[in-house]
Amino acid sequence: MTQPMVRLSGLYKIFGARDKDVLHHVQDGMGKEELLAQHGHVLGLNNINIDMQAGEITVVMGLSGSGKSTLIRHLNRLIEPTAGEIIVQGEDVMQLSEDGLRHARQEKMSMVFQKFALLPHKTVLKNAGMPLSVRGEDETTCDREAAKWLERVGLSGFENHYPAQLSGGMQQRVGIARALTANTPIMLMDEAFSALDPLIRTDMQDLLLELQKELHKTIIFITHDLDEALKLADHLVILKDGFVVQQGEPQHILLNPNDPYIEDFVSDINRARVLRVRSIMTPLDGGKVPKDAHGEVDVNDTLESMIARSGGDTSHAYVVKDGEQTVGTLDMTELVRALVPRVASEAGARQS
Amino acid sequence: MAFYDKLFSALGLSEWCGTSDDKAPLSLADLAAQAGGEEASGPLMPIPSFDNLHESCNRIWQSRDVTNGIEEGFLAAKPVLKTVLDPITQPLSWMLDGALWLFEAMPWFIMVPLLVAISWYASRSRPVTIFVAVSIMLLALVDHYDVAMQTLSIIFVCTTISVLFGVPIGIAMSKSDRFQKSVVPLLDLLQTLPTFVYLIPLIFLFSVTESKLYGIAIILYAIVPVIRLTDLGIRLVDRDVIEAANAFGMNDRQKLVRVQLPLALPNIMAGINQTIMMSLAMVVIASLVSAPGLGVNVLRGIRNLELGVGIVAGIGIVLLAVILDRVSKAALTRVDKTQVKH
Repeated sequence: MTQPMVRLSGLYKIFGARDKDVLHHVQDGMGKEELLAQHGHVLGLNNINIDMQAGEITVVMGLSGSGKSTLIRHLNRLIEPTAGEIIVQGEDVMQLSEDGLRHARQEKMSMVFQKFALLPHKTVLKNAGMPLSVRGEDETTCDREAAKWLERVGLSGFENHYPAQLSGGMQQRVGIARALTANTPIMLMDEAFSALDPLIRTDMQDLLLELQKELHKTIIFITHDLDEALKLADHLVILKDGFVVQQGEPQHILLNPNDPYIEDFVSDINRARVLRVRSIMTPLDGGKVPKDAHGEVDVNDTLESMIARSGGDTSHAYVVKDGEQTVGTLDMTELVRALVPRVASEAGARQS
Repeated sequence: MAFYDKLFSALGLSEWCGTSDDKAPLSLADLAAQAGGEEASGPLMPIPSFDNLHESCNRIWQSRDVTNGIEEGFLAAKPVLKTVLDPITQPLSWMLDGALWLFEAMPWFIMVPLLVAISWYASRSRPVTIFVAVSIMLLALVDHYDVAMQTLSIIFVCTTISVLFGVPIGIAMSKSDRFQKSVVPLLDLLQTLPTFVYLIPLIFLFSVTESKLYGIAIILYAIVPVIRLTDLGIRLVDRDVIEAANAFGMNDRQKLVRVQLPLALPNIMAGINQTIMMSLAMVVIASLVSAPGLGVNVLRGIRNLELGVGIVAGIGIVLLAVILDRVSKAALTRVDKTQVKH
């Protein structure tokens, strides 16, 4: 496997004056409540190990207080870790000098914020061009690049407006344009769409996926919304009380949740819409294609579309194709089985 | 016999104190006591005072020695203070004198349109500009135009200097909690110390004929709000925006110039407005130490009980205050409007 774009290893964050002194308690297994009760320190992150691959969207999901916003701020050291390594493109961020860090923030990582955090006294154009002007580029370059990306996010014609004159969704488009103007390989998105209403949020997610298709940035996306996480994620990390409960391919997590916490999360979503054929098909593995197949389907079709196609008949079976290649078979009975909610989640993860 | 005699003999300090039989009158109270032939001390407070202790022990100070001590201490330090402060503050005298000369020498047909134009430029408000023009006409009508201009020149110089020093001090305070903690008591002191009190040491230090004397008094009094509000304004800047500035790799100077100062501007402007008002409030007191302007007429009204002179000059000050306040407030709302919060 190639070197990951960002690697976090053994990352700890404890909030409090003597964080280094109480670190060993946490490393010895002390939990969040105990630490607060006995030492008056708040555990932010607990032994985080994540590899973020280049060109992928890594989504970090968790409820509020799970440490996800703390985590993303470690990547550009807006928050200093108590212990651990942060390697970006093979370079240890912790070893950077003040200048080096500033340089890394300018050239490697741009950030999109939940509350947009635009400069209210500057026009949309100047806001979007800010990352370049910080680097000392001349005004023409800044304006040209800013105008280009504003157009790309669908905001041409608004260059001379002030942020306060725009709606929330448009302001966040400016936020995204600003991050894109920085032209950094890594984009950090801290609950970027959480403040927007649902319809606009869907628009923005589509915009992000569309941009990602052509730009192939390494995106680290923070959210508390599982639907959003599943829609965007190539790699999903689920955080609870500062530690990683489970991480991996989202479909895999959905089908094999390893913790009641995740099962509880997962039980709320529309599985048919999220799961794809590839996750539940029977791989071909040299076996024969059944003769009575009712047709061919693509590996990336959702189960919802399959149900529609079969008309609800569970006796049907289909041949699964990845492009031209036949890769497996799909039995509708299996499909229905995959949609059965996990027993544990019904039994009481929610009550606990 | 004085009250504390027993205490000192109990402590074995009678020798050190010397004889307390010395009957020479040491204070006004003693003199009064001798004249009246009564015991000088009334009912004693539970806290021993210097004067009471002195009655029992000659070595202890009297209270008047404290005030004397301060005065002597100040007089002893005066030569050093003067050699240091005199050259540093000399430019202030030049600026005040220069501005005074400029405002007086400028013919009215340049000065008045200029003032009206500045009002328009700062406020962009027609009513305010018209009000300024009418007020100046009123001042001229009662032959107070010249003195009003003198006052204006003093305020102009003192406010400018207050802003030049106040804003950087405010910025420094917003950057360092420790600096803020040490400066705030000083600002409280400057604001609450009766204004006459800081005239006294200044009179000792500088000659009364020097204009920097009143300049310093006005600046010390008026600089406080601009410092406070600059500090406050920068501290109130949205943390999210600062975080964004950090995330995009701004250095401290870029953050200050591009983010903090522009976003703190409404507060800083409010501070400047207060500074102008406070320097105007000091003008009358400054006229005690030879500051020219409307204050002199007010002072004449008080001294000679010329009611009319005092009141006309007083109303002149009010007019000037309203002009300055309205123009600076209009400028403030204009700045406020261009940066509506999201």
